[in-house]
Amino acid sequence: MSQKKPEKMIDENDIRLDGRKLNEMRPVKIEVGVLGNADGSAYLEQGKNKILAAVYGPKEVHPKHLSLPDRAVLRCRYHMAPFSVEERKSPAPSRREMELSKVIREALEPSIFTEYYPRTAIDLFIEVLQADGGTRCAGMTVASLALADAGIPMRDLVGACAAGKVEGRLVLDLTDLEDKGGEADMPLAYMPNANAVTLLQMDGLLTIEEFEQVVNLALNGCKQVCQIQKEALKAKYITVKEAEAEKEEKEEKEETEED
Amino acid sequence: MPVFFERRQLVTPGDLLAENEYMTGENTYKENGKIYATRVGLVNYEGKKVHVVALKSFYIPMVGDTVIGKVVEVTLGGWVIDIRAPYLAMLRASDALERPFRPQKDDLTALFDVGDLVIAKIVAYDRTHDPLLTVLEHELGKITRGQIVEITPTKIPRVIGKQGSMINMLKKETGCHIIIGQNGRILISGKSPEDERFAVMAIRKIEQEAHMAGLTDRVTEMIRKEKGVKEGTEHVSKETGKND
Repeated sequence: MSQKKPEKMIDENDIRLDGRKLNEMRPVKIEVGVLGNADGSAYLEQGKNKILAAVYGPKEVHPKHLSLPDRAVLRCRYHMAPFSVEERKSPAPSRREMELSKVIREALEPSIFTEYYPRTAIDLFIEVLQADGGTRCAGMTVASLALADAGIPMRDLVGACAAGKVEGRLVLDLTDLEDKGGEADMPLAYMPNANAVTLLQMDGLLTIEEFEQVVNLALNGCKQVCQIQKEALKAKYITVKEAEAEKEEKEEKEETEED
Repeated sequence: MPVFFERRQLVTPGDLLAENEYMTGENTYKENGKIYATRVGLVNYEGKKVHVVALKSFYIPMVGDTVIGKVVEVTLGGWVIDIRAPYLAMLRASDALERPFRPQKDDLTALFDVGDLVIAKIVAYDRTHDPLLTVLEHELGKITRGQIVEITPTKIPRVIGKQGSMINMLKKETGCHIIIGQNGRILISGKSPEDERFAVMAIRKIEQEAHMAGLTDRVTEMIRKEKGVKEGTEHVSKETGKND
């Protein structure tokens, strides 16, 4: 993975380093309910990103003074594994991780009916196993699915995607290299049915026209993500049905063989 | 068109289910005249009411429910009990003793100790207070024998069946005594471990196939088949060897 910064990140045919078009997302693969001991969990791969999310609760709050009398507290931990990046990262939570934990919590909280369960806590753990840019967005996407898998009542699923500006061109879903070498990066989280943006950040420089274009680009990305999210969530239960159908078929076959 | 899904179709949180004149049922919410799902589950339209049967959920206490809990702490005046809900339940000594409680003389650990499983009933609960339990009723109290099976609380109605059809069938076919806690814990006590094993298998099958029709008949068939297997163990082991 150790590669120097290439001279050009977008070639003359508008193709990016990993072979994508400007407005193309990395392939996303999601699996729901991967952890046996968590109340809800999900695993996501987006290009080289690999992220695991787990949800516990709602449960009683420890320490007790943190509990709220009118709603549940959402506690979120975004953490990068020491082996997730090229240079070993200290496992202690860094300034960046603490900030991301906070923004992810604030992006997901509006999607949850926290007022249904006062005096409780919902614990959310996002573990980045391998990072390649855009992990906060991918983290929110899996976390939202883990919450749904835990059976927590939600207004909507939250899908997130980033867009930005690289070498003067507006691109969707930046990789680590594009993020570092580019001019601007804008992560955006979105609730599709409520048509609401729950997170919008930006670093770098954009003109007002570019800003609008990038927001629309990112929104389109979010909508794609949400579609994949929904399918992944349904897939968990459809596979159960299919497995059963297969099993029954097998049983029938065995029975006829026995005869 | 005010309805967006067919009956018993799988929905995810945020899916638009119906509009305008419809009313919200379980696991749905209404915003600007539109009804959305809040959980993963199967939609159902009953007249003007829309509700979602959740596929996975956690237990929310209800007054009058029978639950199976585990003692986590013995306090000065009672016990703290885990009932698989977001809140820990309290069982006061006066709700467990049939006479007045004397704090100096009565040893609460003699009645229930940490780790004991108890069948209890919820007598009080609202969103500002933790659930309060009692064991002073018929069939309540400490569990001394049997096995516990844990399932998702939303699937408890399926284990009971229409007018108790499923649970009565289970009791009859396996010969086990079965007590259902609304919190998703089920106590099975039978004459032999074999009988209990049949009941556990049947409940696992019900949990897995809760969303499919004709379940009672299939479970009956499975139990009868298993019983047959047990009687002719030798004969069957040969056959399974062949199938592998």
